[in-house]
Amino acid sequence: MTAPAPGRVLGSWRAAWLRVEGHWIWYRRYWTSTLYSTGLQPLLFLVAMGIGFGSQVEPGAATGGLSYLHYVAPALLVASAVQNAVGESSFPVLSGFKWQKDYVAVTATPVTAGQLLGGQLIWVGLRLSLAGAVYVLIAFAFGAWQGAGALLVLPVAVATGLACAAPMMAIAATTYDEGARFVSLFRFVVMPMTLFAGTFFPVTQIPGALRWLAWVSPLWHGNELARGVALGGLEPLPAMGHAAYLAAVFAAGGLAARHYFYRRLVI
Amino acid sequence: MVEAKALVKRFGDFEAVRGVDVHVRRGEAFGFLGPNGAGKSSTMRMIAAVSPRSDGELKVLGMDPDRDGPRIRARLGVVPQQDNLDSELTVRQNLQVYGRYFGLSRAHVRRKAAELMGFAQLGERAEDEVEPLSGGMKRRLTIARSLVNDPELLLLDEPTTGLDPQARHLLWDRLFRLKSEGVTLIVTTHYMDEAEQLCDRLVVMDGGRIAAEGSPSELIARFSTREVLELRFPPGEQDAVVAVAGGLAQRMEVLPDRLLLYTDSGESALERAYARGVRPLSSLVRRSTLEDVFLRLTGRSLVE
Repeated sequence: MTAPAPGRVLGSWRAAWLRVEGHWIWYRRYWTSTLYSTGLQPLLFLVAMGIGFGSQVEPGAATGGLSYLHYVAPALLVASAVQNAVGESSFPVLSGFKWQKDYVAVTATPVTAGQLLGGQLIWVGLRLSLAGAVYVLIAFAFGAWQGAGALLVLPVAVATGLACAAPMMAIAATTYDEGARFVSLFRFVVMPMTLFAGTFFPVTQIPGALRWLAWVSPLWHGNELARGVALGGLEPLPAMGHAAYLAAVFAAGGLAARHYFYRRLVI
Repeated sequence: MVEAKALVKRFGDFEAVRGVDVHVRRGEAFGFLGPNGAGKSSTMRMIAAVSPRSDGELKVLGMDPDRDGPRIRARLGVVPQQDNLDSELTVRQNLQVYGRYFGLSRAHVRRKAAELMGFAQLGERAEDEVEPLSGGMKRRLTIARSLVNDPELLLLDEPTTGLDPQARHLLWDRLFRLKSEGVTLIVTTHYMDEAEQLCDRLVVMDGGRIAAEGSPSELIARFSTREVLELRFPPGEQDAVVAVAGGLAQRMEVLPDRLLLYTDSGESALERAYARGVRPLSSLVRRSTLEDVFLRLTGRSLVE
């Protein structure tokens, strides 16, 4: 018989990491199907929009004289990171509270609700990195990158995704029904954001009165940053502004999520 | 192991637990018995250090759950009312992943998982996903999982609800073994036979309060008679008999489908009933059980 070993309390980062480890074991069983949906989907967009549709687009002032493929490739990665992040932070998180209840199981151990949330966010970040890396490599094969700056698009995309994941987890933690609001959110917030927040065309094409809608979206800030590092021409001050905006959304969302995780799990 | 004084839990205006005193000693099996909504699960959650108390004092393993929650949880095993296994992982992975949350090494959880699968008779299903397992197997896995950190105190919230008789007996056997190994058990249940089988000592809870406390036999001796005579009548005829039958025993309970007469000798009560012209459809003489204690204390049938 195995010598008894009682449990012990771990540091917060270690505890959060164990949650990531648990997800990783799950991922090893299911990585093919998830990588297909998260990694291949943006590539289909790249081929359809960047190469197919892009063949009909004349390089001009809006694309800085670059081909449409070069123009759209960085933003497609950011947009798909946002979509994946929101997806991973909606139904799967609600399930942790409501259906599978694995969050209840985890918080019965020394791991706290806050550490659990931290583990979830790290895990989403890792998933986005893996899927993004696949995209970066294949986009390279298509000649979609201009230079080494493209390597920085991945961290920008992951950061933008996390800025959306944190508030989404807060929303999931306050969802008690079957999650119908996620579908609405996807349809009326994430989808329009993908289409109009500077992914496919510059926001200057949007009527002035509506442009603020793009400016408040995390995706626009991510797209600006991603294009800046991939294509060059990023000024330090706007760059810091975009990064600060994403950090602020992440922090506010994360604090709200932490509050609601505790409210739901420690009652 | 657990020391509660005037323990209170409020949810908004609703008081789920209204001043409960409990003292659980090391090595015993302690039961919370009561109908749905009696406050059992709320009390258990406070002991499990996942629900802050609203008032009163509580010490678990000598520590205050409000301050030392993670340290307490490190030494507890918890079997929740509803299984919350990871249904997309295998049986083995469920045990290993969970063990890691207690800060145990990979090598240790690997050995421990193998041992616990033997204990729970799940060895043949080790590499199968949890989703298609039967309810009894999932329950056994949940119990095995709660033992991964060699807990000193095991909290079981309605461990056998929804299981078939074979599965229940297998679980009880496993719980007896744990008890003989020195693990302290706290069980909530609304099954009388479970409480009688498992518990050294129990409290009967009703409406957030403790109605009685003692060992099963003490409670039966204190709150019931030696024997019970059960009389069944055709539908609609029971009411007419109630007035006649009342004087036949020390006490009578009127259930929707039968009369329970509490007496030291069921056979002689039955003879007296026939002598008075009572003609039941069927009759049964049996020993008193906790169910009778429960009826006496709460005035209603337990398994609703």
